[in-house]
Amino acid sequence: MTADAHVEEHFAGTNKLFISIWVWLVVLTLVEIFLAYKPMSIFLMLVVLLGLSIIKAALIVAYFMHLKFERLSLILTLIPALVVCILLLSVFFPDSFRSAGLRYKFQEQPPVAPAPLEEP
Amino acid sequence: MSTEARAATFPAADWEGGAFPYRVGHRKLGMWLFIVSDSLTFSALLFGYSYLRASNVWPTPFPFWPSIIFSSVMTFCLLSSSLTMVFGVSASSKGDKDKARKWILATIVFGVAFIVLHLIEWKHLLDEGLRPFYLPEHWAKVFTTTDGVPPSPLFGATFFTITGLHMFHVASGAVYLLVVAARIKKLKHEDVEISGLYWHFVDLVWMFVFPLIYIMSVDAHGHLAGH
Repeated sequence: MTADAHVEEHFAGTNKLFISIWVWLVVLTLVEIFLAYKPMSIFLMLVVLLGLSIIKAALIVAYFMHLKFERLSLILTLIPALVVCILLLSVFFPDSFRSAGLRYKFQEQPPVAPAPLEEP
Repeated sequence: MSTEARAATFPAADWEGGAFPYRVGHRKLGMWLFIVSDSLTFSALLFGYSYLRASNVWPTPFPFWPSIIFSSVMTFCLLSSSLTMVFGVSASSKGDKDKARKWILATIVFGVAFIVLHLIEWKHLLDEGLRPFYLPEHWAKVFTTTDGVPPSPLFGATFFTITGLHMFHVASGAVYLLVVAARIKKLKHEDVEISGLYWHFVDLVWMFVFPLIYIMSVDAHGHLAGH
């Protein structure tokens, strides 16, 4: 069918481009491993790691999965909805801080029920 | 003028039928939609892990050797497998099916190496006493906080579930690629591309699992070294 030939003809990427993307991915991974041993607050570590991971994921999706060279309508159908769903999941993350504060302190005795009232 | 030819000139006509909205075939679109839904599955699991981690005392037991070395080599294997897959798809697009098959087999080799290394990692942890709902005793002692709160026994549950599900994806991907490599002469280029999409997705998930599970739980100060 002529339709198949028509679908395929666009820039696929040179091998040189793919190798340079791979080099970037390896370099970013090495940066992450290096940062693992640098002292920093856990919050900063999380933000930096997530940021680097998102960059790596974007490189893989855009160049290896070729999405950068597809039609804009495909990109707009797939990516924004996914991002919105992930953000919706993340909305509940601050609840974990409340939940952390709820655990009773092990040094204290657990609460004891008051003694029952004496029968007159 | 045929519907196909018209579709090439009028974007609105893409949606009138007989043409290719998005300019990809239905199988490729189907794989993309699967990838979006599977991303949400992993996001939900990683979110659950993050929530548990933020609301509990969490052990950070991974020593540089063997855990971080192994997981770094595993990351390198997956990244290299993505590169060989991309070369395979490129060869297939030029019609060179033999070369494409060789690159796909190289991809499978890297994928199997990943699984073997990961299973060895699992064995290290299981030998130390880690289980889905129990921590090894020495971990529980070392990571108890100064005010006596013990670390969460769910470390194992989150670790084995997330890495296990990912490993399952790598294994099924390896089988899928084996079938593609075997039947490559009968398959269209688009089918090779689609298998490539799945494999890159597997690599992509690892880009998140590796930092969140391994890097965030590095034993940076060697707390466990003496035990």
